[in-house]
Amino acid sequence: MQWETVIGLEIHAQLSTKTKIFSGASTEYGAEPNTQACAVDLGLPGVLPVLNQEVVRMAVKFGMAIEAEVADYSVFARKNYFYPDLPKGYQISQMDHPIVGLGHLDIEVEGETKRIGVTRAHLEEDAGKSLHESFHGSTGVDLNRAGTPLLEIVSEPDMRSAKEAVAYMRKIHELVQYLDISDGNMQEGSFRCDVNISLRPQGQEEYGTRAELKNINSFKFVEKAIFTEVERQKEILEAGGSIVQETRLYDADKDETRSMRSKEEANDYRYFPDPDLLPVYITPELRAQVKADLPELPEAKKLRFLAEYKLEAEVANNLASSKPLADYFETLVKISGCTAKICSNWVCVELSGALNKDNLSIMQSPINAERLAQLLQRIADNTISGKIAKQVFEAMWSSDDSADAVIEAQGLKQITDSGAIEAIIDKIIADNQGQVEQYLSGKDKVFGFFVGQTMKASQGKANPAEVNKILQEKLKR
Amino acid sequence: MHTKTLKQLSQGLQSGEYSSQELTQAYLARIQQHSALNSFITVTEAQSIAAAKQADALLAAGNAPLLTGIPMAHKDIFCTQGIKTSCGSKMLDNFIAPYNATVVDKFNAAGMVSLGKLNMDEFAMGSSNETSFYGTAYNPWADNTVPGGSSGGAAAAVAARLIPAATGTDTGGSIRQPAAFCGITGLKPTYGRVSRYGMIAYASSLDQGGPMAQTAEDTALMLQTMAGFDPKDSTSAEQNVPDYSASLNDSLKGLKIGLPKEFFDEGLNSEMAAAIETAVNEYKKMGAEVVEVSMPHLKLATAAYYVIAPAECSANLQRMDGVRFGHRCDNPADLNDLYTRSRGEGFGTEVKRRILVGTYALSAGYYDAYYIKAQKIRRLITDDFTKALESVDVIMGPVSPTPAFGIGEKTADPIEMYLADIYTIAINLAGLPAMSVPAGFIDNKPVGLQIIGNYFAEAKLLNVAHQYQQVTDWHQQTPKGFE
Repeated sequence: MQWETVIGLEIHAQLSTKTKIFSGASTEYGAEPNTQACAVDLGLPGVLPVLNQEVVRMAVKFGMAIEAEVADYSVFARKNYFYPDLPKGYQISQMDHPIVGLGHLDIEVEGETKRIGVTRAHLEEDAGKSLHESFHGSTGVDLNRAGTPLLEIVSEPDMRSAKEAVAYMRKIHELVQYLDISDGNMQEGSFRCDVNISLRPQGQEEYGTRAELKNINSFKFVEKAIFTEVERQKEILEAGGSIVQETRLYDADKDETRSMRSKEEANDYRYFPDPDLLPVYITPELRAQVKADLPELPEAKKLRFLAEYKLEAEVANNLASSKPLADYFETLVKISGCTAKICSNWVCVELSGALNKDNLSIMQSPINAERLAQLLQRIADNTISGKIAKQVFEAMWSSDDSADAVIEAQGLKQITDSGAIEAIIDKIIADNQGQVEQYLSGKDKVFGFFVGQTMKASQGKANPAEVNKILQEKLKR
Repeated sequence: MHTKTLKQLSQGLQSGEYSSQELTQAYLARIQQHSALNSFITVTEAQSIAAAKQADALLAAGNAPLLTGIPMAHKDIFCTQGIKTSCGSKMLDNFIAPYNATVVDKFNAAGMVSLGKLNMDEFAMGSSNETSFYGTAYNPWADNTVPGGSSGGAAAAVAARLIPAATGTDTGGSIRQPAAFCGITGLKPTYGRVSRYGMIAYASSLDQGGPMAQTAEDTALMLQTMAGFDPKDSTSAEQNVPDYSASLNDSLKGLKIGLPKEFFDEGLNSEMAAAIETAVNEYKKMGAEVVEVSMPHLKLATAAYYVIAPAECSANLQRMDGVRFGHRCDNPADLNDLYTRSRGEGFGTEVKRRILVGTYALSAGYYDAYYIKAQKIRRLITDDFTKALESVDVIMGPVSPTPAFGIGEKTADPIEMYLADIYTIAINLAGLPAMSVPAGFIDNKPVGLQIIGNYFAEAKLLNVAHQYQQVTDWHQQTPKGFE
């Protein structure tokens, strides 16, 4: 039988506020355990939550970016369960009235554009962290993360393959960074997702029973986890069995999923509106303000890059997919005064290649747009050739030197003096009479030999255009 | 000295007739002398004397605020930095908050001298003070009689003149009913008038702190200090605080009083009905008009309350898990054992009962039938009151169907205990302000008149109560043995 995979994602994006969602404690990552948890985060008796208004603004921003219904009125609710890293015994979340309602996002997979529905996005607080190692039979609890603001983004079950799921996750990841509402740092857990997967016979309308894979924090693992889980479900169904609705854990080391708890064991969270917090009203003023502050979104940016810089579609898409990358590119064009084609080439090929190699993000690039601009200017004004430029780029990558300093120190200035080039060429012609004869007898290819020899003799510094010109004259047939 | 009102004590302190230290010593001695009342859980002798010294310095320097140097005490539900806050429970017998409740900060800033923490029903769940882990406080008016609850220690201590005033909290009548049982004046403000920050939550949408004192005039001074917006409490009201003393002497001529017919039906003790009628007649003599109003949904109040309050408390008390503070069982075998034994040992019967009721009411499949239904009833009851208050200035009635009952009399039947709160519970559901004012005696036990007003009409309530206290002296009566 042919099976169709149905996938829905619940993405948790940590909002990049300075302080927590309901307290004044810092959200900075990596502090000593329990040093960033105040009385409110510790859930001591008598303390009360106060909503950080910044998270409301961020959620509205996200809602607008996915063209969703942003609710006039949303309500915080208590989700009740006991766990040592959940200090109050309930998590403040949103249930019946989320701040962001139905929206959508377009993804591209193998050249096809597909629209994915976003059911809702709601605000909630994160729990703390239980540390099971190095406590000798006990569990340590770190509440620094407790109360960190999260936006939970729930998709419709619109994805049909691991590729689509990853494309959607990447797109949301790009978007939250674009909107500057999350740093998207997956190693630090700022961006993670739960994957709901079910199978149904091709052509069947009704959804199959789903399993939920919890807390996956990399694109690669999402893809692998889906493959593994689909295989598991397929095997069961084809053997005539049925899928149990349950929460499963993806073990990346063993590349398998295993059951955490079944529906029967699932908590009854006993949601009810949190009486400590007032409903959130989104005023027309706030909407207008957020709308005015909304940055240019990837799709719009791509279209503008196509029109304004006449870039190829793939290049425009690539640059527009990341705001820092796009910003880098535009700064480079502006400062260097070089053509968009040259700038985009350098950003997408040389720079991106070097970043990938060293596993760095554009934000961590050792060469900023200002330094790269000077290098490109030296190509444009014929101080160096494009080939030498790559050598200079490498030197700049591992030092703080400017392009000019590297060119000067390594004596890489291009030879444009036609007299000097002529002298080199004359010597090469004299030393290679055999090749001269071949060329004169009609073997055009040999011309390249002379160019190569000249460049080699000049250590790559001869201006290629000048070399061509002089060779053409000297070897006139 | 101990029968003096705040107003009188303030005059004595400001004029140098006596010092705060003398006053503090005198009250501390009375607390010691009458420790059998069990009205205090903690007496903070050393801290009180230190605070009194500070107050004396302020008084000597001049310009000290009105209440500077006057002793008082807090219900043990308000967190006090460095001093145990037990909330009447074994669960928090070892809990010392690293912060003050906003209300505590406000009284400290006003220069008042706290003498300690007052007894109460465990987590404010009770109407008799009998659920306290520290044993019941006693009503100074009659042997073996409850002081009411949950602010029972506060009412008993003020009635016995161990302190001139106290803070209390009221979720379903916990200020008004003990005030009535002990013959003192108590006010539950409009929901949101007084900050709940640092006040250990029972039912967050109903809880409200308020003052308890001998007179309406003193109650006004106390409320003046307590009230106001607090950025640390999202549910506190951003509403100006009027001068509560300024309108105390306004004439009541033409005041419209509404008497809900449902307050006077067969459930009410006939002597109680007669006492309330006598009090209302005093108002008529002052020129007030009396009309009958109707609260058709009042009969549903107790049922709705006992869904909403337990539901909220079931969540509010989940933080008491033995992990970070409070009672923790010995040698837990695993996490489940830690939870079940810590909570099983730390909570008393009534608290457990309400947690179970609330957990049930919020459970999948029951939520709509209980919680949502109760919220609908709450809306109907609120509408009943707001509708009535469109045509009258205040609503009057009894605080409780009977005067104070005997210790142990109702503990066997929780439902009977719950039903006794019928006249106070509805006001919390509506979020309105209400007072209890001494209005006579039945068998030597005090009777409370309840005065209910519109939202943020505390000044009107105090005016109405104060005028009554100008023509009666019930509030000046002191129980035998405590004169």
